[in-house]
Amino acid sequence: MTTASSDADTRAKILRLLGEIAPEADLSKLDPEVGFRDQLDLDSMDFLNFVVSLHTTFHIEIPESDYPKYTTLNGCVAQVAASRT
Amino acid sequence: MAEFVMPTLGADMTEGTLVQWKKRIGERVTKGDIIAEVDTEKAAIEVECHASGVIEQLLTKPGDKVPVGTVMAVIREEGQAAAPPSQPQSITPQPITPQPVPPPDRGTAPPPSSGSRLRISPAARKRAAERGLVLTALQGTGPDGAITLEDVSRASATPPDATKPADAAERQTRMRQTIAAAMTRSKREIPHYYLSTTIDVSRALTWLTAENGRRPVTERLLVSVLFIKAVALALRQVPELNAVWKDGAPVRSERIHIGTAISLRQGGLVAPALHDADRAGLGELMQRFQDLVKRARAGSLRSSELSDATITVTSLGEQGVETVFGVIYPPQVALVGFGKVVERPWVANGLIVPRPVVTASLSADHRVSDGHRGGLFLAELDRFLQAPQSL
Repeated sequence: MTTASSDADTRAKILRLLGEIAPEADLSKLDPEVGFRDQLDLDSMDFLNFVVSLHTTFHIEIPESDYPKYTTLNGCVAQVAASRT
Repeated sequence: MAEFVMPTLGADMTEGTLVQWKKRIGERVTKGDIIAEVDTEKAAIEVECHASGVIEQLLTKPGDKVPVGTVMAVIREEGQAAAPPSQPQSITPQPITPQPVPPPDRGTAPPPSSGSRLRISPAARKRAAERGLVLTALQGTGPDGAITLEDVSRASATPPDATKPADAAERQTRMRQTIAAAMTRSKREIPHYYLSTTIDVSRALTWLTAENGRRPVTERLLVSVLFIKAVALALRQVPELNAVWKDGAPVRSERIHIGTAISLRQGGLVAPALHDADRAGLGELMQRFQDLVKRARAGSLRSSELSDATITVTSLGEQGVETVFGVIYPPQVALVGFGKVVERPWVANGLIVPRPVVTASLSADHRVSDGHRGGLFLAELDRFLQAPQSL
């Protein structure tokens, strides 16, 4: 799998996880550079559940100090990609 | 005979719609079993029965909307003779299907969901509500018959049924009306007084960061759980705030069930109870809180969770609010609010230093307590948050 297709796959999986947490959201309008807590009206419980989902789906360790790196779609994709190297 | 009535699941509920019976005529039930699923203005609720015995009659049909207090079923208690065969029954008796029934587990971890519970993803439930579809009429094609988004979309494409419930917008309107009715009653009947205090939470946050560093991601804690536990412990010292107003007098509760205000994604809020919050460890409390939020938003709370709360805690810090001036939820006699954790100049040991602080507020019923006792409660709350390792 190429890096581009791998990132696209990661992006699709992350959007699916977000869709489970915010089922009413129109994720096609999500700005990948803007924090999704504000865009999707996520609270701290939602965000914790999202981090747990990322951990379970991608088998990555996410220390609490790294949470700020996972607040945008592009940030999440970059972190998942970095975990593969 | 014991009567199973449409329960009051909060001061703002006046009626409910039976979605489905979870037990059949002739089936044995134990106190605490989930007997029915009821739809309220806010959410679908699994209703527990308060008697043990055998279901004698089911008097309400799925889809029926009945007022609170209406007898919906009759339960023949142990040692009582069966009703004569000529007694009218609105539903044809079903074969008896004895099942082992676990004892009620209120006060510890929430009981497991009923095995016959409708399986549906939160997204599908939400979509179905938006489109006004009756869940029990949907055909699930997912794992174990679970209703999927595709099932809902397929059902939406079929011609509308005249018996559909109101759409999401109408439900929203009704929810606002019922909340307004309860809050109007609260402000009319309860002489509120309000107190607040600013609490230095630097010790609590430092402890929480270290504790979460030791915990796997699946077991991490949120600061709101520390607040809930501290409230529960402080109530032991000022128990008159942990009470309900009943028949013109306060009735103290021996147990501390914290109603936690949870905003629903489609709008509105519910405040289901975390039972015996003072006795649960932080890890267990967090797990139960997570489960409660998940089920509140998926529309699968249990009746005891909506009717047992003895006080409400609401945290609005994430919305940027610094101070909460709460309206007490009848028949409770107090509400505790937490605002946003903010950095503020703080004087400690003669020096001005930046500290994370939170404003905790108390709305309380002057018929039951006064400012002196309310102040003691807030002081106790502060004291517990200065020793987070003891929570």
